[in-house]
Amino acid sequence: MIAKKNDRNISGLRLYIHYVSLHLRSVMQYKASFLITVVGQFLVTFNMFLGVYFLFDRFGSVEGFSYQEVLLCFSLMLTEYTLGESIARGFDSFDSMVRQGEFDRVLTRPRSDILQVLGSRIELTRVGRLIQAAVMFIYGVTRSGVTWNAWRVITVILMLLGGTALFCGIFLLFASICFYTLEGLEFMNILTDGAREYGKYPVNIYGRRMMQFCTFVIPYALVQYYPLLVLLGRTDRNWYGLLPLGGLLFLLPCGALWKLGVRHYQSAGS
Amino acid sequence: MKKANRFYKYMAFFRLRFVMGLQYRTAALAGIATQFAWGFMEISMFLAFERADPAAFPMTFGQLASYEWLQQAFLAFFMAWLMEGELFDTITSGSVAYELCRPIGLYEMWFARSLAKRLSAGLLRCLPILVVAALLPDPWKLHAPMSPVTGAWFVVTLIMGLLVTVALCIIIYMLTFFTISPAGMRMIFAFAAEFFQGAVIPLPFFLAPMQRVMEYLPFAAMQNVPMRVYSGQLAGVELFRAAGLQLFWLAALTGIGKALCAKAMQKTTVQGG
Amino acid sequence: MIVMRDICKTYQVARRNAGLGEAVRSFFRREYDTVTALYQVSFTIHDGETVGYIGPNGAGKSTTIKILSGILTPDSGECLVDGRTPWKNRIDHVAQIGVVFGQRSQLWWDVPVADSFELLRDIYSIPTALYKSNLDELTELLSLGELLRTPTRQLSLGQRMRCELAASLLHSPRILFLDEPTIGLDAVSKIAVREFIVKLNQTYGTTVILTTHDMQDIEAITKRIILIGKGRILLDGGLEDIRCGGEDIDRTVAALYRSYEI
Repeated sequence: MIAKKNDRNISGLRLYIHYVSLHLRSVMQYKASFLITVVGQFLVTFNMFLGVYFLFDRFGSVEGFSYQEVLLCFSLMLTEYTLGESIARGFDSFDSMVRQGEFDRVLTRPRSDILQVLGSRIELTRVGRLIQAAVMFIYGVTRSGVTWNAWRVITVILMLLGGTALFCGIFLLFASICFYTLEGLEFMNILTDGAREYGKYPVNIYGRRMMQFCTFVIPYALVQYYPLLVLLGRTDRNWYGLLPLGGLLFLLPCGALWKLGVRHYQSAGS
Repeated sequence: MKKANRFYKYMAFFRLRFVMGLQYRTAALAGIATQFAWGFMEISMFLAFERADPAAFPMTFGQLASYEWLQQAFLAFFMAWLMEGELFDTITSGSVAYELCRPIGLYEMWFARSLAKRLSAGLLRCLPILVVAALLPDPWKLHAPMSPVTGAWFVVTLIMGLLVTVALCIIIYMLTFFTISPAGMRMIFAFAAEFFQGAVIPLPFFLAPMQRVMEYLPFAAMQNVPMRVYSGQLAGVELFRAAGLQLFWLAALTGIGKALCAKAMQKTTVQGG
Repeated sequence: MIVMRDICKTYQVARRNAGLGEAVRSFFRREYDTVTALYQVSFTIHDGETVGYIGPNGAGKSTTIKILSGILTPDSGECLVDGRTPWKNRIDHVAQIGVVFGQRSQLWWDVPVADSFELLRDIYSIPTALYKSNLDELTELLSLGELLRTPTRQLSLGQRMRCELAASLLHSPRILFLDEPTIGLDAVSKIAVREFIVKLNQTYGTTVILTTHDMQDIEAITKRIILIGKGRILLDGGLEDIRCGGEDIDRTVAALYRSYEI
């Protein structure tokens, strides 16, 4: 057992894929409970859908958006949230990683801490939600009369990318706070669960101040409302389709906060 | 003498819960902040729908705002997700046998325990939410109940609703003895309870025939009744009918729960043999 | 070589008293205590040494190990491990060390042990040939055999600890930190673990730093003892120096704790 200097490092991506395969193998040990959780996850969001359905049944439209258009918005936001949650589950449950000392182990390994935390939890039970989102998306797209062109396709892709990145960023923000306190973290649900719950409607229905918050503080509107206008042909400003890139930029300050937090880390227990 | 003794035993649960709840000060404050955010978002959303078609709104906006704030304030009383994972664990792991050694009935003990959890969590959080919501400007304002009598009826139906919620949850715990997938059952229950008790949207927003059926389900006896009593939507005959239904469901669910409990005990002792 | 010089570390701890009244009071005003975990800790450990790091609960043992393994940043002081500061050159540093926490597992609960090992191979980028030879050797020394194909959740504590040891050594670390490696193990497993560590040190010259409450571990494995109490180094010397004659090691250490009032 003689230590050799390695000049060839396994790439981060390959390592991540290795993590995914381990999670898959773990989950397959409990197939029944996996399936039940998938169904349960589906039911939670199905309740949200029912809420939308019955409100439109009564009111017909909201702020000029039709039922189909809202479903399009809802499905995109739900997909972005679900992808973000599945990928960044390690950050979402980072408080328990700190409490159980799992993060100690992460720090004793010669790899990026972010990659290891991402790899430690990958939530595969969220496929139920993705299926629901896909059904709503297809229904919304076919019935809302969107005329597709290359730019609109790009806009949808950017929305999915930017939105997923935005949610990953919020989870990263949550994890960074865990370095300083493990109390009162429920507060962060406003930004995560709140966005999932209320992001089903275009942000502008909640009023001017909420629009400002969602544009300049946590940029939900950049991945949701503005590009949606492009999709629905409600604006001439086609550059709105590029705004979801703001979701990717949002990762930068969150990453910086994380770095700061790691330096402040106080391992729990003895 | 004996009765007082038992009362103290149950009180011990409440004391413990309160002390635990108080220790997590930041958690309580964060919870209140979250509830406020939820309330604001819900009311903003309904404002937007009201603008779309004011005539279709099934109640006054003040009544809706009051409903939403009461729902946030008493979330812990009625939230279907709030179950004790510990109890499920004791059943699935079989360590429920130890609970049987204690000098109180299992049903009563679990009832007290669940009630303590919901009551302490709810009472700790409701006051700040109610006070601040009452000071908000229109259309956000939580209005006062129309008369002291309405207020009194609200308190009565609120307590009844809480008891119905606990009785329903205990049935779910008890069913765990007879099923292979407690998690799945719990999720379906939570889904149904949230939807049918008017936590997703209040029952008057559904189509009239659908609403009429929903009113008779046990779930409607949870948050739906007290929160509509408060703002005077359920008054007179309707109030008596709703309160009567609450009483009926409480009796029925407790009966079913106790029967299931007895059956479950039989099953455990036989298996344990 | 490990050099620690004047390392200090403090924590802030919320003060809490029992009772309903106290709980209400602390809801509105919370008090914090500053706890000194380490105060001017200094020592030097040479390559190939075996050191027992002992002291009562809360003395600062784990804090020291966590600073040495790059988990914690101290408030002040200097620390060099083979010329690197653990918390500054974390990635380079930890590639050369192995850490075993007796109370926590690094193996994946639901998959066979071998699957966890393969992940470690990728994490440490161990070349295939080296991985294979290390694994074969560890399998033999720790008699892992069948265990490699068993999911972790089905292993006994002793079997798991053997696998944990192997997991921490796959990448041929030069320094091995062991935090209570024999906690909860039965007699047979304890002896197996001890014998393995001694052999590892003799064969490959791996530096071993061990914290434990089991004085037989110390007797079997280490030649040098560092005693820490209330965050300060109280004693640093050979096992024989402390024992002064054939007395029972548990009594000797108990007498030591008493004489330092820790």
